[in-house]
Amino acid sequence: MSTLVIAGKEFKSRLFTGTGKFSHSLLMEEAVLASESELVTMALKRVNLRDEKDDILAHLTHPSINLLPNTSGVRTAKEAVFAATLAREALGTNWIKLEIHPDPKYLLPDPIETLKATEELVKLGFIVLPYIHADPVLCKRLEDVGVQAVMPLGAPIGSNMGLKTQEFLEIIIAQSNVPVIVDAGIGAPSHAALAMELGADAVLVNTAIAVSENPVAMATAFKMAVIAGRMAYEAKMAPLKKQAVASSPLTNFLN
Amino acid sequence: MKTFKELLSSCDWEETLQSIFEKTESDVLRALGNKKRDLEDFKALISPAAKPYLEQMAQLSSQLTKKRFGNTIQMYAPLYLSNECQNICTYCGFSMTNKIPRKTLTDTEILKEVAYLKSKGFDQVLLVTGEANKTVGVDYINNAIRLMRAHFSNISIEVQPLATEEYQLLIENGLHSVMVYQETYHKQVYKNHHPKGKKSNFDFRLETPERLGEAGIHKIGLGALFGLEDWRADSFFTAMHLKYLQKRFWKTKYSISFPRLRPHSGGLEPKVAMGDADLVQLICAYRLLDEDVEMSISTRESEVFRNHIVKLGITSMSAESKTNPGGYVVEKQSLEQFEISDERNTEAVVTMLEKQGIEPVWKDWENNWSDVKR
Repeated sequence: MSTLVIAGKEFKSRLFTGTGKFSHSLLMEEAVLASESELVTMALKRVNLRDEKDDILAHLTHPSINLLPNTSGVRTAKEAVFAATLAREALGTNWIKLEIHPDPKYLLPDPIETLKATEELVKLGFIVLPYIHADPVLCKRLEDVGVQAVMPLGAPIGSNMGLKTQEFLEIIIAQSNVPVIVDAGIGAPSHAALAMELGADAVLVNTAIAVSENPVAMATAFKMAVIAGRMAYEAKMAPLKKQAVASSPLTNFLN
Repeated sequence: MKTFKELLSSCDWEETLQSIFEKTESDVLRALGNKKRDLEDFKALISPAAKPYLEQMAQLSSQLTKKRFGNTIQMYAPLYLSNECQNICTYCGFSMTNKIPRKTLTDTEILKEVAYLKSKGFDQVLLVTGEANKTVGVDYINNAIRLMRAHFSNISIEVQPLATEEYQLLIENGLHSVMVYQETYHKQVYKNHHPKGKKSNFDFRLETPERLGEAGIHKIGLGALFGLEDWRADSFFTAMHLKYLQKRFWKTKYSISFPRLRPHSGGLEPKVAMGDADLVQLICAYRLLDEDVEMSISTRESEVFRNHIVKLGITSMSAESKTNPGGYVVEKQSLEQFEISDERNTEAVVTMLEKQGIEPVWKDWENNWSDVKR
């Protein structure tokens, strides 16, 4: 299985995870380790950046884990840039998952503010991974201003509905020059496997693991599904046959 | 777009109440089966016809809450700054008819109370005052927010309704949320319970969430005080208010609270009783109506009730609350607004949550991200 490279950094695992909604930080840590995820996102608003013993950060100090702070909760580009700058100072990483969702109901990303913030953050030297709607044109515009990956949604965040945006994800994957990470809505390992079979470079899963009755087992299941999906994609799947092959082909006369 | 006042004035209280009581089992089943539920479904879910389906509602509510909010509960503490008040409210310990010495905290006293709450781990605070515009006006509240913003990541207030520009000023200085409960949506009954003072103006209070929305507040807390009028009708109008505001101010978050009348100095008996099963039904009905609305439960409720309700739709709770200014450290015996019921300390509440596999969340915002004046 090929290695994923984002902004020059290699990842053996194509499963990215999150830290929210777990019943306990220790359980979150066990689930993240079981997933073998190397990129873990956490909401800056939940972390106390002034506290070195912050409970969330304390459970993520493993050599295999890279932190991907996110700006969840901000409503404008201005707030996002401010939050990212604070995160860089406090956490020593210039990676940022840009999430701007002014709509607190479905947490759908604001494309206009996201593009504005990306432009500025890239200029400030950040590695920006924006959470966006599955909008192929927006993906190209973000590529133009220098994102290192795009993170289109499969369905509203936390909905577990799967790849409701599949047709658009396929266009994005076909067109993209940067890695495509399917984020949000993935509720079952089969959804993750499908995203990988379609050619997504990685998936990000949080709610489906955190809210499961057994987060550690579910993290393992997702790990396996992502590997299976990627292997299938690289192996090139057998073509889908929608009809039988005619026994008297109409084009035989050409031979 | 119509204002909420216009919308409410087109509704008849008695007809609404009757339509809730006329909901049938098949209305309830339809509401339970719908993927998205509307206000008519909500009526069915709070109706007597839904009582036999309470367990099913609780199961659904629990699942939806877990999906949206995870295995977590947000923790906050109220901080009463003053019990001075020029209103007469028949149900409130702070009512000006209650001839008891009043107390307003000074800066030094506020910081002592803050230090206590911080030592308990609180990072989200709800500032509460009575309504005394000369001594506890917007300048006093603004000063308190400025004093506190270095100490708390999230500052909410529950004070008298203010003007849009006043809210804008407080937001610039670090205010995140405002709780403004209508008490009752029945205009005449409202007048009976608020005979004197600025609070007697029903419409000004009713329009407060719209002023908050215009000011760009992050979160608005709605609710009715159960006991003044029929809880079903008041809850229906609260839900209607919520749906109206969500469509008009789509960037704002909303939370619902469920205060039931509690004993206090100079007390009032509830006109319409609301039992524990009723409150569970209501909380579950809100969750089925709205997967995303936050729901808060205070220490007004008993230990046993709170231990169980945290799994059924609630997203935030207080602990160890004092409802009198200075109640934590400075002046423990000052006049309180009402008696709390769950008197456990913070540690005991946290242990209760952790035993149930729920993580208490202390911090969920950074107040210095907003366009706050620095």
